Amino acid sequence: MDGEDDAPKSLMEEMYANGIEGVDDAPSSSTSTTIRKNRPIISGEQLDIEAYAALYSGRTKIMRLIFLADHCDNSGMQLEALRMAYDELKKGENTQLFREVVQKIDGRLGPNYSMDATWCAMVDRKADQRKDKLESELNAYRTNLIKESIRMGYNDFGDFYYAHGALGDAFKSYVRTRDYCTTSKHIIQMCLSAILVSIEMGQFAHVTSYVSKAEQTPEALDPPTIAKLRCAAGLAHLEAKKYKLAARKFLEVGPELGNSYSEVIAPQDVATYGGLCALASFDRTELKNKVIDNINFRNFLELVPEVRELINDFYSSHYASCLEYLGNLKSNLMLDIHIHDHVETLYDQIRSKALIQYTHPFVSVDMRMMADAFKTSVAGLEKELESLITDNQIQARIDSHNKILYARHADQRNATFQRVLQTGNEFDWDVRAMLLRANLLKHEYNLRASRKI
Amino acid sequence: MNSVEGLLTQIRGLSSTASDVLSLQNVLKQADESLHAESTRLLPFLDQLDPSKHSLGYLYFLEACTAGPVTTESASSFVLIIARFISSCVAEQIRLAPDKFISVCKRFKDQVLSLEEPLRGVAPMLTAVRKLQSSTEHLTTLHPEFLLLCLLAKCYKTGLSILEEDIFEVDQPRDLYLYCYYGGMICIGQKCFRKALELLHNVVTAPMSTINAIAVEAYKKYILVSLIHHGQLSTSLPKYASGVAQRNLKSLCLSYMELANSYNNGKIADLETYVQANMEKFGSDNNLGLVKQVVSSIYKRNIQRLTQTYLTLSLQDIANTVQLNSPKEAEMHVLQMIQDGEIYATINQKDGMVRFLEDPELYKTCEMIEHIDLSILRLMTLSKKLTAMDELISCDPLYLGKAGRERQRFDFDDFDSVPQRFNI
Repeated sequence: MDGEDDAPKSLMEEMYANGIEGVDDAPSSSTSTTIRKNRPIISGEQLDIEAYAALYSGRTKIMRLIFLADHCDNSGMQLEALRMAYDELKKGENTQLFREVVQKIDGRLGPNYSMDATWCAMVDRKADQRKDKLESELNAYRTNLIKESIRMGYNDFGDFYYAHGALGDAFKSYVRTRDYCTTSKHIIQMCLSAILVSIEMGQFAHVTSYVSKAEQTPEALDPPTIAKLRCAAGLAHLEAKKYKLAARKFLEVGPELGNSYSEVIAPQDVATYGGLCALASFDRTELKNKVIDNINFRNFLELVPEVRELINDFYSSHYASCLEYLGNLKSNLMLDIHIHDHVETLYDQIRSKALIQYTHPFVSVDMRMMADAFKTSVAGLEKELESLITDNQIQARIDSHNKILYARHADQRNATFQRVLQTGNEFDWDVRAMLLRANLLKHEYNLRASRKI
Repeated sequence: MNSVEGLLTQIRGLSSTASDVLSLQNVLKQADESLHAESTRLLPFLDQLDPSKHSLGYLYFLEACTAGPVTTESASSFVLIIARFISSCVAEQIRLAPDKFISVCKRFKDQVLSLEEPLRGVAPMLTAVRKLQSSTEHLTTLHPEFLLLCLLAKCYKTGLSILEEDIFEVDQPRDLYLYCYYGGMICIGQKCFRKALELLHNVVTAPMSTINAIAVEAYKKYILVSLIHHGQLSTSLPKYASGVAQRNLKSLCLSYMELANSYNNGKIADLETYVQANMEKFGSDNNLGLVKQVVSSIYKRNIQRLTQTYLTLSLQDIANTVQLNSPKEAEMHVLQMIQDGEIYATINQKDGMVRFLEDPELYKTCEMIEHIDLSILRLMTLSKKLTAMDELISCDPLYLGKAGRERQRFDFDDFDSVPQRFNI
């Protein structure tokens, strides 16, 4: 999996030549039936909306399509996304979202895609009927006190509310089944449903708590469920900006995930999120052990070869091509519903890490060569290095006249002497002030005591 | 008149031995009233007494003389008399009647000030302080008077010599506040900002039951000096500061806190506009000079930060980063800082470059070792003092009574009655 240079070049050229290597083609080792799934979907090219949407199912598909439509500039893509959302919604029962999508379409897709009031009315009526039926059933079960039936009744309620977009009620119903769960399988089911609704609602605190609750019943956990729980935990950490923990979780997801969690996340996403978070937060050893040498994760990385390439480039210090891949991926990543808030931060962290890693092994670095390697100007590079030095991430000094960066190692002996003298002074000051204050207090106390007596 | 004559003979007779002096003191105390009644006519009698032998008696007479209102002509003669008395009196006799001595010296100070010649009062006051103190660690009421005279006479060095000594015993808290406040001002005048900070800090964190104006003024100066010396201000007072101070000081010095905030933001233009806007306020507190120093210190701080990042830097870049107007100004600032010893650098005028150097101190010289040795000894003495004081307080009956009453009771035995008072 090492994409190193093939042709032998002279050592000097190799050091400077951080140019782009050819973008790898998609692995051709896929069968015809799965060809669409294995084609790189998140890549530098413009997003193929149909293929993208095919990765997901259920509510998240619709939400992602709506998000895409809101955030992309290309009106063709926008309309395509809205059209697919409309079709998907017609298959379901969520009239609220249907109305929203119709408003966004605004008649641009022709008469077939306009407000279908009759359909809405019909769906709403059926919903009311079903709701009444469910309620009466549930009441019957509750009077009979049959635990299993009550649990299933609440579950059905939860599913019903979820299908109609009433996420808060759905969550409450799912949580109510907790009191009636008898086996660990039931608990797992409840947790998974609660996690699904929480992710849709965006309340990731609940996600973390339910994941830990599910993981406490190990008997009923089969590998796909474990993988699902890890994905959910990873998403929660990502939202909380804990990139290291998110990376660790995503990297632990086993290949058993397959497409079983398409209501939440696709394997491509696992690869992308995990890869980027790892790159931004891991150090070199961890990156090598957990990402590059990780066989399980390799399967995921095959699905997004650009991410695979950029991780390898970073590890082998081909920074220019690494940063170029990142730049290409950016536009598509900004259309993803979970990661778009974090793209900037992750990119900044990756860039800083690249700069630090570049300067780390050297005593002096010619800033002109470094600027070439990173494809920026010397002035811009100087500014970036200055902020890194001020943050104490690089120990070096800039010789602005000759444009050289010199590594600087703190003189321990001098620093120790300075600290010692300073501590001595501070002690001196503190003790003297303390004695003075004690004296004042004693004086005041004596004064008060003598007045009392 | 007769009583005065009689008193004079008694003074002359009883001033030789210590026991005699004590009995003389009783006599004088009883005669005090009558002396005061005759205050206007006592002046010629002073010549019959010798201040170096009959100090106590002389003191009583002098105190009675100066009790009444003083005109400018008599002021100058009194000044001469008191100055001579202070330089020749005997310290032990003086210490028997400290309040009299203090009031005499205070009137001396007033007269010197009314003559508008504070310089005349500096040396005598210094001698007075030395004679009144029981030890160099003792703060008397005369200390702040002396420092006030130094301030008004602008001879800061003499004031500094007194400030060098550590103070551990205090008669009156008010003396301490004034002493530290004036001392802080003297140090600011001599640009010893570290010591000024220390003294002002003592005022601000001293135990006090009600807020007083001295603490407020001291806090204003403290903020400014802290910004100049450290480049930052800690926003909360330390825990040992009195409750009143912690609650009230900040609200009473609002414009100064604002200044500190805009200093921390680092934008020089904002700082300068703020200073311009509040010129009169700072001026009315007589802090304008300090405020100007604060503004110039922000440039220094920025330049110092540059030494951490760069080995060489062009003057133009320095001017841009620190928001100065031209490379020439940058050169002036850097030159000033090199002369003051705040940074180590060389300026290459041909290329317009500044090369920042490391601190050349290697900590290898004999002087450095001696310095460290002395510091260690000093700190050990301080530690011993601290432990001694701690032991003293632990044996103090008042403290034991209070601690005993308020201790926690976990067991039946703890409910034994604790003596409220030790009657030894």
